[in-house]
Amino acid sequence: MEKELRLMKGNEAVAEAAIRAGVDGYFGYPITPQSEIIEYLMDANPAETTGMVVLQAESEIAAINMVYGGAACGKKVMTTSSSPGISLKQEGISYIAGAELPCLIVNVVRGGPGLGTIQPAQSDYFQATKGGGHGDYHLIVLAPASVQEMADFVELSFDLAFKYRNPVMMLSDGAIGQMMEKVYLSPHKERAKTVPEWATTGKPTTRQRNIITSLDLDPNRQELFNRKLLAKYDEIREKEVRFEEFQCEDAEYLLVAYGTSARVCQKSVQLAREQGIKAGLLRPITLFPFPTKRINELAGKVKGMLSVEMSAGQMVEDVLLSVSGKVPVYHFGRMGGIVTTPEEVVESLKSKFIGG
Amino acid sequence: MTEEIIIAGFGGQGVLSMGKIMAYSGVIQDMEVSWMPSYGPEMRGGTANVIVIISSDRISSPIIKRFDTAIILNQQSLDKFESSIKSGGVLIYDGNGITRHPERKDINIYRVDAAEEASRMNSPKIFNTIVLGGFLKVKPIIKLENVIKGLKKSLPERYHNLIPMNEKALKRGEEIIKEVQKAG
Repeated sequence: MEKELRLMKGNEAVAEAAIRAGVDGYFGYPITPQSEIIEYLMDANPAETTGMVVLQAESEIAAINMVYGGAACGKKVMTTSSSPGISLKQEGISYIAGAELPCLIVNVVRGGPGLGTIQPAQSDYFQATKGGGHGDYHLIVLAPASVQEMADFVELSFDLAFKYRNPVMMLSDGAIGQMMEKVYLSPHKERAKTVPEWATTGKPTTRQRNIITSLDLDPNRQELFNRKLLAKYDEIREKEVRFEEFQCEDAEYLLVAYGTSARVCQKSVQLAREQGIKAGLLRPITLFPFPTKRINELAGKVKGMLSVEMSAGQMVEDVLLSVSGKVPVYHFGRMGGIVTTPEEVVESLKSKFIGG
Repeated sequence: MTEEIIIAGFGGQGVLSMGKIMAYSGVIQDMEVSWMPSYGPEMRGGTANVIVIISSDRISSPIIKRFDTAIILNQQSLDKFESSIKSGGVLIYDGNGITRHPERKDINIYRVDAAEEASRMNSPKIFNTIVLGGFLKVKPIIKLENVIKGLKKSLPERYHNLIPMNEKALKRGEEIIKEVQKAG
């Protein structure tokens, strides 16, 4: 079936894609800059068409625990929020990771810390990629850079979440959430009629009890479980790295940027090349797993790298680890809800590597 | 072809919806488009702006600081964005309420007194469509028929009876826009 062309906000694209992907339940609590997701879902009222549940919980903490419950029953469930709301959800996310349950969490990031600002930022990178809640765990983290990817990554997220029984986060930001672009929407998929065999939907006499828990008081068994998680993360690192390269073939200087910053940096690459500076861009699409291997390979070919983020410098630490000292790596970014301009990136590249 | 536009004015003047009509029209004309609104404190303080990019190629950054065209609908926005227009670019403004007129010599300046015209036409709501008509006269990047289709897409159906009025407004905008200055 042909894909349907629409002009939509990134937030609306997430909502529409969720209905089309056959999601069973959405549980959320409004917060700028992502309230359009729940508004769109409430308006679309998919309970009448696909049977998808859309529920405004009494708080973010309630919403994530509804996701925990739905996921434990083997359902395709999701929640969305923005930075302060995502912080509130961290306990639940840690439990979901510990119970090895699939779900989708979308973070349309705004500036922080605290209530911060409602403007776009990328300052939740550490929280998203290094765990976020307590305990040794990782989310799979996808970073959409367009409205199209806001739609496409919903289904991809659920595929990955169910494949690995692991929560997936889409790490977006206020700019991508609020802007409108063309988007080609996939045809409607029916909601799944069956649930995975681990789902806790009642015990038939034919099998043992299914148990969903993140608690094990026996240290030996808990450590075994931790090792199992580590093996899963290693497999994800091995198989699920995604990235995009932009004019890297002959690049002497590499920009590394994701999401909105990657869009800005595409223009910076053009501007730099007009000034005779051979710049290229590597855009991580998965932030966990991080494209460590590819960045290390490119480190052997370029004179230096600039990590561009709307933060005080978070992803730059992963770039530094990937480069492993082969070439100089710097950070450039704006904070407080300010989106870096393409020109500023070029200026930073020049001042750090070329002088003047 | 890439046209990078900022539209700025008061909230309620139809700044965001003018941008939406442009974006929808661009889609109908098979172009790439992006529409990036201000949604933050500016919006809550009563001013609004939106960056619209219409291009035959994939759009890189949806957020930019230099524009081919600025469509300016109040004094604050003129003060803020006059310096952001590329040299040789276009400034279109409504003279209503403007006390300090544009001063740059290296840009093409046009004036479209749409507020005045809209009240003359007894329909203040079509103000933004008159401005859009003026823009299309200066930068005919989208065909009028596609703008009409864009209007149909961006207006809720209950307002479709207003489309003939808007078509008239687009044409009126084309007629009344005047060149104030050629880039020197």
